[in-house]
Amino acid sequence: MKRKLIAAAVAACLATGLSVAQAQQGKLSDDVVRIGVLTDMSGVYAEYGGPGAVMAAKMAVEDFGGKMFGKEIQVVSADHQNKPDIAKNVTLQWFDRDKVDMTVENLNSGVALAVTALGKEKNKITIVNGAASARLTNEDCAPATGIHYLMDTIALGNVVGKAIVKDGGDSWFFLTADYAFGHSLEKDTGEVVKAAGGKVLGAVRHPLSTGDFSSFLLQAQTSGAKIIGLANAGGDTVNSIKSAAEFGITQKQNLAALLMLITDVNAVGLKTAQGLYLTEGWYWDMNPETRAWAKRYEDRMKKKPNSNHASVYSATLHYLNAVKAAGTDDTAAVMKKMHEMPINDMFAKNGKIREDGRMVHDMYLFQVKSPAESKAPWDYYKLKGTVKGDDAFQSLANSRCPQFKKS
Amino acid sequence: MTEIFGVPIQAFMGQLTIGLVNGAFYAMLSLGLAVIFGMLNIVNFAHGALYMMGAMFSWMLLKYADVNYWFALVLAPVGVGIVGVIIEKTMLRWLYQLDHLYGLLLTFGLALILEGAFREAYGSSGAPYDAPDVFKGVFNLGFMFLPKYRAWVVFASAVVCIATWYMIEKTKLGAYLRAGTENPKLVQAFGINVPLMVTLTYAFGVGLAGLAGVLAAPVYQVSALMGSNIIIVVFAVVVIGGMGSIMGSILTGLALGIIEGLTKVFYPEASSTVVYIIMVIVLLIRPTGLFGREK
Amino acid sequence: MNKTATLYLVLLIAAVIAPFVGYPVFLMTCLCFGLFACAFNLLIGFTGLLSFGHAMFFGLAAYVCGHAAKEWGWTPEVAVIFATACTAVLGYVVGWLAVRRQGIYFAMVTLALSQMVYFFCVQAPFTYAEDGIQSIPRGKFLGLIDLTSDTAMYFFVLAFFIFGFWLIQRIIYSPFGQVLKSIRENEPRALSLGYDVDKYKLMAFVLSAAIAGLAGAVKSLALGIATLTDVGWQMSGEVVLMTLLGGMGTILGPVVGASAIITMQNYLSGLGSWVTIIMGVTFVICVLLFRRGIVGEIEYRFGKKTSK
Repeated sequence: MKRKLIAAAVAACLATGLSVAQAQQGKLSDDVVRIGVLTDMSGVYAEYGGPGAVMAAKMAVEDFGGKMFGKEIQVVSADHQNKPDIAKNVTLQWFDRDKVDMTVENLNSGVALAVTALGKEKNKITIVNGAASARLTNEDCAPATGIHYLMDTIALGNVVGKAIVKDGGDSWFFLTADYAFGHSLEKDTGEVVKAAGGKVLGAVRHPLSTGDFSSFLLQAQTSGAKIIGLANAGGDTVNSIKSAAEFGITQKQNLAALLMLITDVNAVGLKTAQGLYLTEGWYWDMNPETRAWAKRYEDRMKKKPNSNHASVYSATLHYLNAVKAAGTDDTAAVMKKMHEMPINDMFAKNGKIREDGRMVHDMYLFQVKSPAESKAPWDYYKLKGTVKGDDAFQSLANSRCPQFKKS
Repeated sequence: MTEIFGVPIQAFMGQLTIGLVNGAFYAMLSLGLAVIFGMLNIVNFAHGALYMMGAMFSWMLLKYADVNYWFALVLAPVGVGIVGVIIEKTMLRWLYQLDHLYGLLLTFGLALILEGAFREAYGSSGAPYDAPDVFKGVFNLGFMFLPKYRAWVVFASAVVCIATWYMIEKTKLGAYLRAGTENPKLVQAFGINVPLMVTLTYAFGVGLAGLAGVLAAPVYQVSALMGSNIIIVVFAVVVIGGMGSIMGSILTGLALGIIEGLTKVFYPEASSTVVYIIMVIVLLIRPTGLFGREK
Repeated sequence: MNKTATLYLVLLIAAVIAPFVGYPVFLMTCLCFGLFACAFNLLIGFTGLLSFGHAMFFGLAAYVCGHAAKEWGWTPEVAVIFATACTAVLGYVVGWLAVRRQGIYFAMVTLALSQMVYFFCVQAPFTYAEDGIQSIPRGKFLGLIDLTSDTAMYFFVLAFFIFGFWLIQRIIYSPFGQVLKSIRENEPRALSLGYDVDKYKLMAFVLSAAIAGLAGAVKSLALGIATLTDVGWQMSGEVVLMTLLGGMGTILGPVVGASAIITMQNYLSGLGSWVTIIMGVTFVICVLLFRRGIVGEIEYRFGKKTSK
């Protein structure tokens, strides 16, 4: 049913697309729409984005019909190896030589900041999906060319902090990765917790990629807080959760992972991760539409998609629709359309891209199921709450982006 | 409640115990390095990668062959030892006549290859490896819960370290080894197969790294990158201890693990750098290291 | 000597034409890493000291220069000079500690100290940790010439490269350089001849650190970015490989080696972890079969003795 609808929509798009194409064929620069997917293909975040993100972008192009004004739409991809300088070099060559019109994904904050800055300089659209740094729409914002699509540290703290305090978890202790990302996550979440009437008992900073978390967790245990907030990411989060289970900490206290995706849950295993709170922008098992898309993805990739993959699909499709509506791939015209058009697909309902480049959509609080509750592979989450986009994300009034700063 | 320097004694003792566990790993790794260095005069940069391989092997054994932890504890180090034999026979032996630096560079290259290969094959996000059921649960020590598995790690590594020390310092085989280090030609003249001894020493040294890897698998995430971070800390440990004595490297390893653990209580921000800071201090006071002899 | 002069002239002309033929950003990267490798070679090739932590100078200079240019708004040449001075100071401290040990211990001490600098960079606020310092402005040379265009920037980089390269050349052929060489060949003998060996080593270390810092500072301006990649131990390993591949103890070798590695990383970047494997294999092959490196091998075959 849904597929029929999509097919009909695509056909309709094609029809209008063709007529527009006849009228405005000259508007497509260098006769091709080329989308660059820049991601980590083999490193620590390969599961998070990687080949799955490339596949998601390709699926969006397919669903769009594969052609724009009769010309081809191509997807190119590259591995940035989590090194911002490689990312910058690749993107520079894409823009300068390889006729790439837009880049999507760009996970890893360092990479995202580098690419967004470059897009601003070269006047090309850059969509960031996987990275969580709130700087992208604040200090380092690029409203004319940059879009931040999935989530940021402010939204993560907002959702988890508010919901858990409301649920009775009113005393917190943070386990924080000792660098900028961890600090801002701890600070943002701490403020939300306090605003919601909870209290923060303390925090311990651990170095990045610490091998062993047991001693930090013991300090968290000694604090007696009800909730231990994990203001870290990736392997650090996974290791903290494992150690917490090993030392029996989770019997009395609850963990809240501030940045964690379903692929991480899969790595830890339900037995260890059960009961954990986390927040995501999307989950495959939410409604028939998400399930249908996840099924198509799974047929190709042999595993379920995470929220990042879904957002890459949505962002690519939205971009293509905007190009069609604008009748050109000119950056300013396309950006105008992207801001104007609401986003309604399997990823978001009534999502909108704000003036500062922040894509605002609903966020969800999940709790990880116990092995007994899980009926099938990847059946991991219980939905505990939905937070409206405007409540989850930072309001424009608080923006530190120079263009929108109110002071 | 009782406090030591403003820290509850409970937390203090807890960190001390955990430091001991980390120290056990440092001790085993620096012991392997010391044995190899003593005999081959090579700083084995691939030690971290081989430690990773030990953990990887035990994970692979479980996944593909359903071989449990206890067998892995024997099989994985032997596997790593065999890899060591191949490395020594095909590559390292051509370098003994050259500057020691080439040995370091070669093993650095090997470390890159091993790490890259495992990353290519299994990604770098890591895989969980559960401890055997016997070790599920904790000992209640009164002041803290010590997971049984960690207690086992300390026990096992203590046994291995003492056995190695005994073998090298007190047995006939060890005497040959030490003599071979001092004067290979003379020992050869006594009818002892020195090249074979060298090969086996290398295999034994990296086997220790492999064993440390198996022991570490349930504690840390098994991943392709687990070796590259620890090896630099172990290098610092080696500089602090000096590679002159076997017992020296064991004691330094344990002591630094404990110091690192205590830093996590008093000043957690420095816990990753404290080992290097101690290294700087030792270099200033005793350039040859705590147990080192100038060669 | 005449032949050498001709070679350099040809190279200089090639370097001037290059940005109009090739891709300037790529060429700038090659020059920066080439200079970095040359600085490293001053230690390993001409003094016999293997530093396994040279990335700390390269990376820290990149951060300092980036910070000075972006936050303080300094002109590029002042930022570069300031960063170079900072690394010279760091080089003095590190060198002072490291020359206390010899051979492999020296390598391990430098590696451990560079790891300490790495952790400092992860935690210090001005480096922005894993985000790195982004969008570093290239600024105006002497406040006059705008360096925004890649070609203009290329010549800025080239100028610093030639300066650094010339300096290294001068050091090697100076009496000071001869003493360094004697230390490399036979340290006890140099000591018995009355040279304060540690002092010479330290001096060489500081010079090498400063030039490595110069390379890092210029790189951060050229690419507009300074990140943790530049300070990590992998970078220290890469510079060893560049020098080894090009030829330790040759003058042009490090530049050739650096260009080869950068080209490889650029064109093989789609292969992911295979790049690491290929680098490892190159290391092993160089050590086992090809210890003279590319330039060293050419010089050996054609019997030229310019380097020694």
